[in-house]
Amino acid sequence: MSTLMTYRIEHDALNELIQELRKEKYNVIGPTPRGEAIVLDEITSALELPIGKTDEQSPAQYHLKDRTDKAYFGFSAGPHSWKKYLFPPILRLVTASGNGSDLQISDDASKPNEEEKYALFGVRACDLSAIHIQDQVFGDGTYKDPAYLRVRNQAFIVAVNCTRAGGTCFCSSVRTGPRARVGFDLALSEVIDNEHYFIVEVGTERGEKVMSSVSRRPAGDTEMEKADRLIRAAAQLTGRSLEPDNTREILYQNTEHPRWDVVAARCLSCANCTMVCPTCFCATVEDTTDLTGTEAQRTRKWDSCFTMDFSYIHGGSVRPSARGRYRHWLTHKLASWVDQFGTIGCVGCGRCITWCPVGIDITEEFRVIRETYLMTSRVSSTKEATHGNS
Amino acid sequence: MASVLEVPSDTTFVSAGPMVPRPFVVKRFRKETDDTFTLELEPKEGRSRFVFGPGQFNMVYVYGVGEVPISISGSPSTPGLIHTTRAVGTVTKAMAKLKKGDIVGIRGPYGTTWPVKEARSHDVVIVAGGIGLPPLRGAIYEILSNRKDYGKVVLLYGVRTPADILFKDELEQWRARFDMEVFITVDRAVSEWRGNVGVVTTLISKAGFDPQNTIAMIVGPEVMMRFTALEFIKRSVKPDSIYLSMERNMKCGIGLCGHCQFGPMFVCKDGPVFRYTQIKDLLVKWEI
Amino acid sequence: METLERILGQHPFFKDLGPDYLQLVTGCASNVRFEQDTFIFREGEEANQFYLIREGRVALQVFSPERGHITVETLGEGDILGWSWLIPPYNWHFDAKALDLTRAIALDGKCLRRKCEEDHHLGYEILKRFAHIIEQRLESTRLQLLDLYGVRS
Repeated sequence: MSTLMTYRIEHDALNELIQELRKEKYNVIGPTPRGEAIVLDEITSALELPIGKTDEQSPAQYHLKDRTDKAYFGFSAGPHSWKKYLFPPILRLVTASGNGSDLQISDDASKPNEEEKYALFGVRACDLSAIHIQDQVFGDGTYKDPAYLRVRNQAFIVAVNCTRAGGTCFCSSVRTGPRARVGFDLALSEVIDNEHYFIVEVGTERGEKVMSSVSRRPAGDTEMEKADRLIRAAAQLTGRSLEPDNTREILYQNTEHPRWDVVAARCLSCANCTMVCPTCFCATVEDTTDLTGTEAQRTRKWDSCFTMDFSYIHGGSVRPSARGRYRHWLTHKLASWVDQFGTIGCVGCGRCITWCPVGIDITEEFRVIRETYLMTSRVSSTKEATHGNS
Repeated sequence: MASVLEVPSDTTFVSAGPMVPRPFVVKRFRKETDDTFTLELEPKEGRSRFVFGPGQFNMVYVYGVGEVPISISGSPSTPGLIHTTRAVGTVTKAMAKLKKGDIVGIRGPYGTTWPVKEARSHDVVIVAGGIGLPPLRGAIYEILSNRKDYGKVVLLYGVRTPADILFKDELEQWRARFDMEVFITVDRAVSEWRGNVGVVTTLISKAGFDPQNTIAMIVGPEVMMRFTALEFIKRSVKPDSIYLSMERNMKCGIGLCGHCQFGPMFVCKDGPVFRYTQIKDLLVKWEI
Repeated sequence: METLERILGQHPFFKDLGPDYLQLVTGCASNVRFEQDTFIFREGEEANQFYLIREGRVALQVFSPERGHITVETLGEGDILGWSWLIPPYNWHFDAKALDLTRAIALDGKCLRRKCEEDHHLGYEILKRFAHIIEQRLESTRLQLLDLYGVRS
């Protein structure tokens, strides 16, 4: 296959797509309303998607609302991200059994299971970027995470282009969205005017194969254009922005900025931001034994740089203050991540802003520090100019 | 370093996932001081050679208790695996109760090595503070086994009290050599102590090296390493000829868990051995 | 005296002092020797010298009735011993004991104090050098106080 197709499917054909994926033995994971939020979970039909639901998001605020239409994807990023499946919050690494002189060790993390063949259904452009960032973290170094790579390599990705700007997100400024550009098997754009249909961009042969059993027809230019317009409009509407250039210089030169104290006075060190962040990858390992002491387990769990234990070395924590911990998190996200993996570690999904209980806004914190940087570099370039003239 | 680069025939490799410890048998447990001890280990299965470079560390797993990073304190060119550590946390305290025949899990070796190759034809000044001697011992062995390739070799060793001196017999053997100088100093003396008293930095003036042609290797508490590096620079040693070994919390040892970040560095894979110039700015930023 | 002047001139402590001043200082200098385990000076005694240790080791000690002689610092070849001669009331604050056979050049503090009073430029040169020694000792004392190798709990 040389050229990849773009199709139009009617809204009720969306379920055909889900059923086709299920037929291919994929465990389909998608957004679904649960309680007061849209979360990610296994879905068995398109009816489980948040049809006619939307969310209102602002710092520390998330509310589910009804829409006036029957949109399937008329909402923004919820509290869950796809890392929950690719990089599970709890993963048993090793089971060791025996006693002092005899130790049998089994490599649990390397054992595949049936459930983990996932179709990730409804991945937004920001989250697709987040997955690519975690690919770098877990799959591009000297040591790789076999469990991540195993799940990741078989995951089928159905992306969804955003046609609505969320209350806290800023993908267009960090250049990750709202359109999914690469790394998907299929990418959907939902169009609702007098009709309700999806434009389906095929990204892989695997994607084409699945589409072949779904009621479809090649997309027409006007239809595609309509979808494009909606996506472009969403890009214009994002209320926040974060300037992703020179982040290293800006943050490395401002490790003692007074703003760190200001934010530290608000930060509760609750770790919510790191849990909802789709790129945060820190983990700890816990060791436990059963009551008889004959079997020991090593379990990997998500960890957060906001806890005191995170940096503990005998006698104390390397980052005992909230200031030190927040600075570490933000500086890692926007600056040292570039040194480590070649890109910033923020995709602009806005989750950390929405789910911060006190509404700390990463774009605002960075903006204040960036302004100081711009001001001081203006001052020093003016000084240089003056010297040059004299 | 030949032993590190070439793979001898008595070597075993780990093929399992990177988080799976390999069982090793305790061959010998030796108490060094009140709170430090040495474990001599051998793989439970497979051959006895453990290939590593001086300065590298292992993740040592105690059944059901936990896993900690511990530097390797043995010689890269002899069989077996040696760890010397201090019982300070849950895992090392459990390690202190191990006895001959017990099993521990080992993952490694991980991290960067001492520049023993680059140090050839240079004077080498090794500075150890407290429990900082074990991570340097592999480098000392490597240098002494190719002694003719190096200029002056000096070990400066500072400890808290005379009772805290590690590897006393070995230090005496090294001191007795004509081609190595060993200076020891203690922070707190007892009345019987006739040796040096004062911090380890005071020994640098005694070492008599050629500053332009010296490689310094330092391990100890961070404050001690900072002041030691400055003392070398004061004496005209080139900052990029100074190396030190960092310690941070580690859960994986392989750059995946995020715990050991030190600015943009992962201490587990970019370190633990760093060139001073790589990290000198980070060393004076608090809570980095 | 000629060799003494040469030895003093080569010592980092007197580096760049200039030939005239060096000669002046040499006039206050003499070779001394202390057998192993003898005291060079004792706490409370009048401090009228300082020493440039050429060979051997010297322990600075405090005597405590409960703990005996406690060494706070040892000095060796190339080190400067003693600055109490500079600061009134010119009494030693510690005991200095030769741990090995120790050879040193003693500089007469009374003589030097007088010369420094007469010529403040010389006084400044000497004081600057002692400030450096005092700074070094203070820094190592501070590091010692930190008790860096102790287990934190």
